[in-house]
This record gives sequence, structure tokens and C-alpha cells, in this order.
Amino acid sequence: MSFHPPMEYSPARFHKSERKLAEPGGEFKYTPENQARFDANVARYPDDQRKSAILYALYLAQNQNGYLTAAAMAHVAQQIRCTPAEVEDVVSYYTMFFTRPVGKYVVNVCRTLSCALRGAERVTQELSEAIGIRPGETDPSRTFTLLEVECLGACDRAPVVMVNDDWHECLAPEQVRAFVEDMRTKGRAAFTGCHLDKEK
Amino acid sequence: MAYEPVLVKHVGEPNAYTLDFYLKNQRGYEGLRKALTLKPNDIIEQVKASGLRGRGGAGFPTGLKWQFVLKDTPKPKYICCNADESEPGTFKDHVLMERNPHLLIEGCAISCYAIGAKVAYIYIRGEFYHVQEILEAEIEKAYKAGYLGKNILGSGFDCDVYMHRGAGAYEAGEETALIESLEGKRAQPRIKPPFPAVAGLYQCPTAVNNVETLCNVPLIVLNGPEWFVKIGPEKNGGPKLFCISGHVKRPGVYEASMDTTLRELIYDRAGGMLDDRPLKAIIPGGSSVPLLLPDQLDTPASFDAVQKAGSLLGSAGLIVLDDTVCMVWLAMNLLHFYRHESCGKCTPCREGTDWLLKLLARVERGEGQAKDLELLFGVSNNIVGKTLCAFGDAAATPVLSTMKLFRAEYEAHVREGRCTLPAPWRAAQPMLAAH
Repeated sequence: MSFHPPMEYSPARFHKSERKLAEPGGEFKYTPENQARFDANVARYPDDQRKSAILYALYLAQNQNGYLTAAAMAHVAQQIRCTPAEVEDVVSYYTMFFTRPVGKYVVNVCRTLSCALRGAERVTQELSEAIGIRPGETDPSRTFTLLEVECLGACDRAPVVMVNDDWHECLAPEQVRAFVEDMRTKGRAAFTGCHLDKEK
Repeated sequence: MAYEPVLVKHVGEPNAYTLDFYLKNQRGYEGLRKALTLKPNDIIEQVKASGLRGRGGAGFPTGLKWQFVLKDTPKPKYICCNADESEPGTFKDHVLMERNPHLLIEGCAISCYAIGAKVAYIYIRGEFYHVQEILEAEIEKAYKAGYLGKNILGSGFDCDVYMHRGAGAYEAGEETALIESLEGKRAQPRIKPPFPAVAGLYQCPTAVNNVETLCNVPLIVLNGPEWFVKIGPEKNGGPKLFCISGHVKRPGVYEASMDTTLRELIYDRAGGMLDDRPLKAIIPGGSSVPLLLPDQLDTPASFDAVQKAGSLLGSAGLIVLDDTVCMVWLAMNLLHFYRHESCGKCTPCREGTDWLLKLLARVERGEGQAKDLELLFGVSNNIVGKTLCAFGDAAATPVLSTMKLFRAEYEAHVREGRCTLPAPWRAAQPMLAAH
């Protein structure tokens, strides 16, 4: 018999960290297309090195689900043949994975030196006012998430903004309001993309 | 004699990225064809003779790096191309991959042949999704044309080139951290030795090379090492890409030999200072290197000359600063970067960058005290040289360098209790999000 008093083993009681646990999420499984993509990708690595495909597997899950839930991470773990803890270890390190719902447009403003010298701080401020949220937040309609990110590697076309996987370059603070309106009405057509041959 | 670009000559043309264009205008894959007629060791000797130095930041001789790759081993060998370009102020690999992808693909294939590898992984940063799409499509075309895959050009040599997408980690640009990330772990550096040349990817001999470095390889094989040596000063030969950003009229990527001075790069190539304001300082090699002052403008932009001037050429990312830039703000901006990107493995770096940012923010807000300046100095010196990788030294550099050259500005912030140089392009209240 045990002298230990009966205890309730639940995250609510024992999880003391400030970090939120991943949302459990509903049942998750790759679509057949994504499963095929994963199988093709994992073949790029030696047979005993499936874990190399983990970032790719997580991108697939995130694109399918919008963000990574505990169920999605468990599915990735199953695919990679590792533990869910190993998956969370990776997810919590890299900045491009989300464990909370994000907006349709995740607006990443480059805030590092070269962009800041050309007004990135004011771009963030204008975006924040135009959308009505602070950096790190998602608006209630789940249209926009605003994030400040570090150097995006396009410093000659500062300030640079990355929206999901699309790029928008040379965004002057004065153009921000029109840019937000364009995203609402035109969608992806609002973005300049990467135009190296554009006249400077 | 005017310099004739070879790496980015055609990047402005609309179809520059296609295989046809590459074959027609850049003697595409002739280097690979020639390389396959040589012995692998001869290629290493040629690259050594060319004196090609790594373009990623450290400037280590590439030929030597390849020579160190373990020869007598039953294990497979690997080339890892470092396309995680994340150093603030650097965007040359971005251009090369987006507009001249076949040069990199050819470079990967030749490098594999030289060190005896059969697979090259191009580790590209997650944010470069549009670049990755171009590269994937062009790799596919190279396979179809027989420049990759089995029995390349009938030589019996097999080579695969694969893309590997990162997910947002500056530290993945460090070679051992890149390998860790490629193995599906957190991008944290390893203890060296063993060096990747002995035990790298999957504990196999590996060479990790920057994109621009690999792009130079086909040119060396094709034109010979003598051609390469003749471009630029001794020990700093070959074409070099310079990324110029910040307060200049025409920011961009410019190709030049390394005897070009910083003055020529900034005033001739990049069109001079924005709004013709006075120059205050230059960061010559990405955010991790010490600043240079206007009286050092006549320094040639070579690895050795910039080092002699007290800084480093690093990744050749020139950030040009005019007289509106507050140096305390600059250090704060960069420490925000380093604090966010510190991988957390070594305590001095993980904790130190956080404290440096807090201290800098306090001084910048006008709430700093005189003793904070000593503390900034003390914390910085407790990071330098006490971490596994070069990140720690890099993170302390903006603080140490600005404190050394612009100490009066720090003191003015403390004395007047406010930022003494609030530029119009900055927000009144920067919105530092909780990360």
C-alpha cells in the first residue's frame, strides 16, 4: 500500500510553466495528397534518418490544419517514428510554426536594422493601427495576425513584409493603410513579390 | 579596367534563371563537363590554388576545407550548402538562388564529385519559400537534362541535389547547427572537434559551404585558378558580391573585386548617401562585425584589409548609417535580434543577450544610470569567447563597438535622460512584442 496521499494527475494542477500546452485539437491525419508528399520527401534522406523530414512534415501539418495541435504533432511523431516530445522540442524552437490559431494573413514585418533604418518601426505602428491589434495578436475576425520578425534577407528593398509565404517589398509607412485595404479586397494580388529587376 | 561581373551579370534579365538561358549565356554546365574528366583530387588542388575563401563569413579557404574531408571511410560523404542566409544586411545568396540557380546546382555537383559525395543538401531558410520553388523547379530540369541523377553526362558519377527547408532560425547558419537542423533537431551548435569534415551530417564526413562559395566553383574549374587569382588582391582573389543597404540611394547587390574600396562601393556603385546626408559609420560585414568610421572609407573591401582596419568583411553585408542614427538605438535594435535568435545552449549568450537588451532599452528610454554603461561593458565581456559558436562574440560586438566609438552618445543619454537623436524614421514608441 502507499502512504502517498491521493493526487489528481492533470496538467491543470501540475503544469506550472508559463508556457501554454499545445491545444489538443481534433483528430488529425494527413490527407492522401499530403501523405504522398511526405513519403516523397522522406525518401530524400537515408532510411535510418527519417527524422530529417520533421520540418517538412510539420509544414505539411501546419498547412493542412492552419496551426499545430497536439494531435497534429502526435501524427507527425508517428510518421517520423519518434516521440511526440521530440516533435514538440522541434516545434518550440523554430519561429515559423504556430501552436495557436492564426489569421488568414500572417503579416511578418522585418524589424532588424536595415529595414528599421528605412522606417520598419513606423510600418509596424501603422499596421497595428490599421488592423487594430498589437504585434503578436490576431484580430477577432481571424483575418490578420501581426508579427515582428528578424532579418528576412532582402535588406535592399526595405522595409520588407512577408505575408504567409508571399513577400511585399519597399512598403513605406505612408502606404500601409492602402496595403491593408488591398489585402482585404485583392488577396494575394496585393503583394509585390520579389522584384529584383524593378527600377530602383 | 572596368570589372566584368560573372556571378550576377544577368540577374536583371527576365529569364536569367532558366536552364536554356544558363546554357546559352553562361557556358552552363561546361564546368561540370570538364570537372568529370579530371580526378577529384585535381579539382580540390585547383580550388586550393585559386585561394577561394568561404563567402559565408569566416573566409576559410574552401580547398583546405575539402581536403580535410575524411577520405578513407566506408561512410557516405555529404555536401551541405548553407543557404540559410540570415545575417542582418546580407542578401546576396537570395539573388544568386533566385536569378542564377543553375550556377549553384552546377557548383553542388562539382563539389560532390571533388570530395566523393553522392548527395548535396541545400539548406534554405524557411522564409525563402519563393526562392525554394524556383530552385526545386530548376533542379528538376537539371535532372531531366542529365546534369544530376545517375551516370551524369555518361561519366558514371551519380549525384543528387535536394532542397531542405528550414523554419526560421538564424543559428542554423552556423555549420554544426545547420547539420543538427538537417538531422531534424533544434538548430544548436555542436562542440568542435570533431569538425564536420570528420563527423558531420549523420556522423559522416561533410563539407558545409555557402551558396556564393559553391557558385564560384564552376567558374574556377572552367577558367582555371590563375584567372581567379588575378581578380583582386593577393589572398583575396575572385569575384565577390557586396550587399549594400541602409542609407544609400541605390541599395542592392553589387559584384566587384576585393581591391574595390568601401568608398567606391558606397558612393559609386550604390549611388551615395540617401538625401546626401553625411556618413556616420559603416557596418562592413553584416551586423556581427565592428563598425568602421568615415575616415576608413578608403579601405579596400577585402577580408584582410577590412580586418586590418579593425573590423571583418564577414558576409560582405554593408549597412550604411547616416548622421540621424542613434548608436544606442542601433545597439538595441541588433541586441533584440541576437536575444531572439540565441539558441539557448550556452548560458553566457542566452542570459547575456537578454540582459544587454534590457540595459540598452533602459539607456535608450533615458532611464539609464552611469553604472549601466559599465554593466553593459561587463556583461558583453562575459559573453565574448565563452560560447560554443561565434554567435556570442557576434552578439556582444554591436555593444562593444558602439561603446568604443560613440561612448559620448551613451553618456548623453544618461545625462539628459532621453534619446538625444530621435530620428524621424523611427516610431515614437517601438512596439516590442512579447516573444
